[in-house]
Amino acid sequence: MTDTGMHTMQRLFSGFLLGLALAVAPAAMAATEGALPASNANLADTGSLQNGAKIFFNYCSGCHSLGLMRYSRIAEDLQLSEDQVMQNLNFTGANFGERIPASMNPVDGKAWFGAPPPDLSLIARAKGVDYVYNYLKSFYLDSSRPIGWNNTVFPNASMPNALWELQGVQTARFTPAQGENPEVFEGFDLHQAGSLKPKEFDEVARDVANFLQYAAEPAAMQRKSIGIWVILFLAVFTLVAYFLKQEYWKDVH
Amino acid sequence: MANRLTQAVTGMQEWFNERAPSFLPVYRKHMTEYYAPKNFNIWYIFGVLSMVVLVNQIVTGIFLTMFFKPSAAEAFASVEYIMRDVEWGWLIRYMHSTGASAFFLVVYIHMFRGVMYGSYKKPRELVWLLGMLIYLVLMAEAFMGYVLPWGQMSFWGAKVIISLFGAVPYIGGALTEWIMGDYLPSDATLNRFFALHVIALPLVLLLLVVLHIFALHEVGSNNPDGVEIKKGPKGNRWSDKAPADGIPFHPYFTVKDIFYTGCFLLICAFIIFFEPTVGGLFLEHDNFIEANRLVTPAHIKPTWYYTPFYAMLRVIPNKLAGVLTMFSAILVLFFLPWLDRGKVKSWRYRGVGFRVGLFVLGICFVWLGKIGSGPGTDPVETIIGRFLTAAYFGFFIYLWVYTAFGFEKTKPVPERVTGHD
Repeated sequence: MTDTGMHTMQRLFSGFLLGLALAVAPAAMAATEGALPASNANLADTGSLQNGAKIFFNYCSGCHSLGLMRYSRIAEDLQLSEDQVMQNLNFTGANFGERIPASMNPVDGKAWFGAPPPDLSLIARAKGVDYVYNYLKSFYLDSSRPIGWNNTVFPNASMPNALWELQGVQTARFTPAQGENPEVFEGFDLHQAGSLKPKEFDEVARDVANFLQYAAEPAAMQRKSIGIWVILFLAVFTLVAYFLKQEYWKDVH
Repeated sequence: MANRLTQAVTGMQEWFNERAPSFLPVYRKHMTEYYAPKNFNIWYIFGVLSMVVLVNQIVTGIFLTMFFKPSAAEAFASVEYIMRDVEWGWLIRYMHSTGASAFFLVVYIHMFRGVMYGSYKKPRELVWLLGMLIYLVLMAEAFMGYVLPWGQMSFWGAKVIISLFGAVPYIGGALTEWIMGDYLPSDATLNRFFALHVIALPLVLLLLVVLHIFALHEVGSNNPDGVEIKKGPKGNRWSDKAPADGIPFHPYFTVKDIFYTGCFLLICAFIIFFEPTVGGLFLEHDNFIEANRLVTPAHIKPTWYYTPFYAMLRVIPNKLAGVLTMFSAILVLFFLPWLDRGKVKSWRYRGVGFRVGLFVLGICFVWLGKIGSGPGTDPVETIIGRFLTAAYFGFFIYLWVYTAFGFEKTKPVPERVTGHD
């Protein structure tokens, strides 16, 4: 092999090693992904976010606060007017600019459910948006639980199915425990139909998950649209810098 | 017009030189008359990139301290206040959190480059030692910074890492209490980590970076051929005494570095604006839950840049032995210039055994990193982890034996550097 050929080989090889090192991060990242069915929540879908907010404030906010969010911010990001928010979403009497409390007193919550219902501001970032979506769909009747409900995504949760009117009431089928093997979840049966068809309820669960994803990171509404411009600027900057470098390096032999 | 402008600039220069005559020579020594080898390749940009990240961390850090509350009761909410209510707060915070991971990424590549091309060898041992000190301080700095948002992983990570000092015989228990100022990570711990993170360690870090660069400029940069350009022929277009294969750092490498910095910022911007958590790698899911000392997270793990060492700790059943192994894994790197007895610097001309050994070292490090970031419950993985730990240390023993007893068959090193990008 010629000298130049050797160096090209070495260069390719060292470039390959660098690429390998940079490829590690996404590989490790993929390993941490959960295996839950996707919610297909989409922050760009304002209708879905508005519907999610409506469901959240009508069915969830009685017990759960959204203590890091302000009503006014929701109005701004979800393209709602102050009146729309104050009349349709605010049932606590809090001011428009205030953070969102739960209607229920946390002390009562602890007495009724054994633990105060958690604040949901960051739940979608802590657990993932798909977790929220699947959790909402996975309640079933379980007479062994104090509150009569159980959940396959979060077993022995102390929360009842707040959306049962919409979803209906599910029971769960398990293959019985055999020897050392614990029982295995097989699927749900609709015990009593709700006001929505299963497909429609999936959309409700997706919209609530979408709204909570938004509430966990309101900045996500802006960062991508700003990011495109930043990337474009940097691309042009880098291109100009490349030509500058080429110009200066012309006389290096 | 142009003439008067030139006159004004020259006038100002003269005014300045009269009052501070030693400033311009310093600038010349480190910029326009610092002759760097012209054959630097892409591996040689990571030093500059780590300085770019350092500046980013300091500037964004200053803005974060304007809104962050260093108290256990308020820290978590104040970070979310920055994310939601402070104008552009989310951007500042993501730049800081992405910067932390980017810092380690570029520093690890920078260190690997040093081994590839023998940059730690005589006469650059001091440059390597100062660099290793920077790495140590950086690890402490990043650890304390990670505690500040006071999420679950901040708290439990702090608890696990600080408890390592409990393995010290006799004084271990008292030492951990002294570090935390309490029996558990608490308000006192958070407050002192804040002080160390925002002023004490950054000062040390800056000082060490200046010394690292000054030490480098005393001896001159190494290059991908491992040829000492200062020992080669003299005389280039700019000076009769300068090395023939050197070109002025400014403007040649400043324009080159601006280009590569642009490429690097493109990658960083993509993360900051489109995937700031990197799927839980840069910002962990559990850290979006406020610290709670009554609820232990299912998997306590440090951030990705510590996981290779954390894996070593976890695969060794004895705590003291594990802690010693973990710290030795970093300590052994300090001795690299004296363990490697080979005279040839660059792997281009070194023996096959060196290249293979370095490749194995790289694989061990990455694989251990993967094991350390997992749940650590798989017994097979534990055994693999032990082999990898042994191989990691084995590399250094092997390197010494390979080079000290003449096993290495090197290729002839060229007299001059071979071309450039």
